[in-house]
Amino acid sequence: MLAALLCLPLLAQSSGYLSVTEAPKVSGSRNAAVQAKIPVAVKSGYHVNSNVPSDDYLIPLKLTWKTTGALEPGQVSYPKPVVQRFEFQQANEKPLSVYIGNFEIAANFKVAANAPAGPGVAVGQLRYQACSDRACYPPKTIEVTVPYQVQ
Amino acid sequence: MPRLRLTTVVPIAAVTLCLLQSCNNWSAPGSVKAASVKPDKQRKDAPDFSLKDADGKVVHLSDYKGKVVLLDFWATWCGPCKIEIPWFMDMQRKNKDKGFEVLGVAMDDEGWEAVKPFLADLGVNYRVVMGNDKIAETYGGVDALPTTFLIDRSGKIAAVHVGLASKKDFEDGVQELIQSPATSARGSAVPALIGAK
Repeated sequence: MLAALLCLPLLAQSSGYLSVTEAPKVSGSRNAAVQAKIPVAVKSGYHVNSNVPSDDYLIPLKLTWKTTGALEPGQVSYPKPVVQRFEFQQANEKPLSVYIGNFEIAANFKVAANAPAGPGVAVGQLRYQACSDRACYPPKTIEVTVPYQVQ
Repeated sequence: MPRLRLTTVVPIAAVTLCLLQSCNNWSAPGSVKAASVKPDKQRKDAPDFSLKDADGKVVHLSDYKGKVVLLDFWATWCGPCKIEIPWFMDMQRKNKDKGFEVLGVAMDDEGWEAVKPFLADLGVNYRVVMGNDKIAETYGGVDALPTTFLIDRSGKIAAVHVGLASKKDFEDGVQELIQSPATSARGSAVPALIGAK
């Protein structure tokens, strides 16, 4: 139990305003479609822009893959954003499309037709840009990992 | 017990009152004291820099010595910065003939490609230069945007605002600095606009 608790922080990547926990392992046979749900947490008091911000100048949340091993990357599904007006906005401005608190990003893959049986890890990057009610912080990139098992 | 004459009591009372009201910090009627502006002795030199403006011209902070400068670190993706920029445009308009300049430092990784259209959209009326991590480091890191420095006529940092501040606080700070003469390194007053461009 203690060992398990000690290991928990190692499974999470944090960069100040946002943290990503390693997705639960996905498994499938060759040519199968698999989906990984990546848990993301935004620090209390902050928000990050959604994948489709309400203004062209804003930096979207975006997941990209560096290496996916035996998995072929497919569509990334972002959750429904929160549309909210913030204290720093002017009355005539559109509310912002943001993520707050905990949410999941669904990453879809197809197991390659020639994938060898066994384990592997897909590694990606999540780019985000965070703000509080009074200040914004430079865009950051955080590593995302998805462990998989080809059956 | 000797009786005190009115001619003795009045000057003593005036001096006492003056001391109670901190004679040294006495301000003329109509002058402004901003809470955020540090006393002269606590101010440190604003680091000089060489950064390019939208026309590719190299700008040094030292070019502005003798002027009060509002140095604003901002980015196009920063919502709170967009609130303050029109305030700064207003201050630039009202005070440019009083030895005051706003200087924006854009912190966009995408550079002028992102910044120029934004400046045009807002009709920004002051000079903006392109910043970088190195210059941000010399100003203490500047992680949160907006971060705004009020620099006095001697090139010293008189106030720092991290995050969205109030327009009144900026205006009070700017007015206080505009009304103050420049001081030399030894602290003596020098003419306010020496070296101003």
